[in-house]
Amino acid sequence: MAKPKVATTSLAGCFGCHMSLLDIDDRILKLVELVDFDKSPIDDIKEFTGQCAIGLVEGGCANEENVRVLQDFRKHCDILISVGDCATMGGLPALRNTITLEECLNEAYLDGPTVYNPDGVIPNDKEIPLCLDRVYPCNEVVKIDYNLPGCPPSADTLWEALVALLTDKPVSLPYELIKYD
Amino acid sequence: MSDKITFTIDGVEVKAAKGQTILQAADEAGIYIPRLCNMSGLIPYGSCRVCTVIVNGRPQSACTQPAAEGMIVENETEELLTHRKNIVDMLFVEGNHYCMSCEKSGNCELQALAYRFGIAAPKYPYMFPNRSVDATHPDIFIDRNRCILCARCVRASRDLDGKGVFEFVGRGPNKSIAVNANARLKDTNLDITDKAVDVCPVGAIIKKRVGFAVPIGQRKYDTKPIGSEIEAQNK
Ligand code: SF4
Ligand code: SF4
Ligand code: FES
Repeated sequence: MAKPKVATTSLAGCFGCHMSLLDIDDRILKLVELVDFDKSPIDDIKEFTGQCAIGLVEGGCANEENVRVLQDFRKHCDILISVGDCATMGGLPALRNTITLEECLNEAYLDGPTVYNPDGVIPNDKEIPLCLDRVYPCNEVVKIDYNLPGCPPSADTLWEALVALLTDKPVSLPYELIKYD
Repeated sequence: MSDKITFTIDGVEVKAAKGQTILQAADEAGIYIPRLCNMSGLIPYGSCRVCTVIVNGRPQSACTQPAAEGMIVENETEELLTHRKNIVDMLFVEGNHYCMSCEKSGNCELQALAYRFGIAAPKYPYMFPNRSVDATHPDIFIDRNRCILCARCVRASRDLDGKGVFEFVGRGPNKSIAVNANARLKDTNLDITDKAVDVCPVGAIIKKRVGFAVPIGQRKYDTKPIGSEIEAQNK
């Protein structure tokens, strides 16, 4: 029987949640026995090769590309999981949510104390994904099946949740494994 | 005649002294009723409704309702858990709670309630309100992003410190914690040794230069749920 497939991505995140996944240490050997990785920075597969059992999404949506990738994940993953505080509540990128986008760009490219930008240009190439008006938690963009909060969620949290889902058990994590920091 | 009152919480017989609230009697009996605005030593305020119990079929706040003979109190029901979760969810989304960078994390009562209730993420959309920080005082700052309007600081400053440094201004979604009619914190007579500085259940009133003094894993609620210290008396 073919192994179930898992896909992962980092949207507006810092890759810390992916690092935490690698923190499962030697259990990663068990994980590759249980699953194949599809689209993921872990194996550098860029596009989905088929339907996946589980999608792990790190980061919220800060730009249009994040939204497209997230919608693609929803389409290709039976179970979609928000991994980490950025995916579940926006996280540190959402600190900009009380400031207008224009003010953010001005601060980053024109007014900030360390800015060197003699031409006063705010990058606007069509290759660069457009920023959204604010940062959106994943569940405000697509339906999310499970949330694993934490900054990052601990390796044990990710491991326990994955193993439960892959062995058809309910995801009921012990007290120590649901944390917001 | 005994001056003790007898009533039940979830079918368990509990004794209370005259004048005790349901919550005080429950605490002494080792039964935890979740609470947020209530704190022993402060006059009950009854604002957060996390402590809601069903008394003889009707919802009441356990922190303000005096115990009475023969009362039938329900506490740990599915319905009340849902109600309490909803309140905690709303408190999270109507403020800005970045626990990952909050000095109170691990010792925060709001966060601890969410952990105890097993909340992985609030069910409501985040509001991302625009709130201010007052860091003018040399030893203390207020971060209104995290304030849950529990009035503990208001009560402690007024009733324990005899100062009245804190008060609320505004109404509804615009209600916020203020100091002496919108002055800055440094213009008040708030002192680092005031009781009001220690009572905030969340990270809205913070002492400067403490930071993240206690490592993760050793903080108050890292391994033991809030309320377990009350329940331990029962074991
Ligand atoms: S006050 Fe509590 S809930 Fe709010 S950010 Fe700080 S730790 Fe989290
Ligand atoms: S500052 Fe703290 S103690 Fe005061 S009302 Fe806000 S949450 Fe309560
Ligand atoms: S603890 Fe009773 S209403 Fe807040």
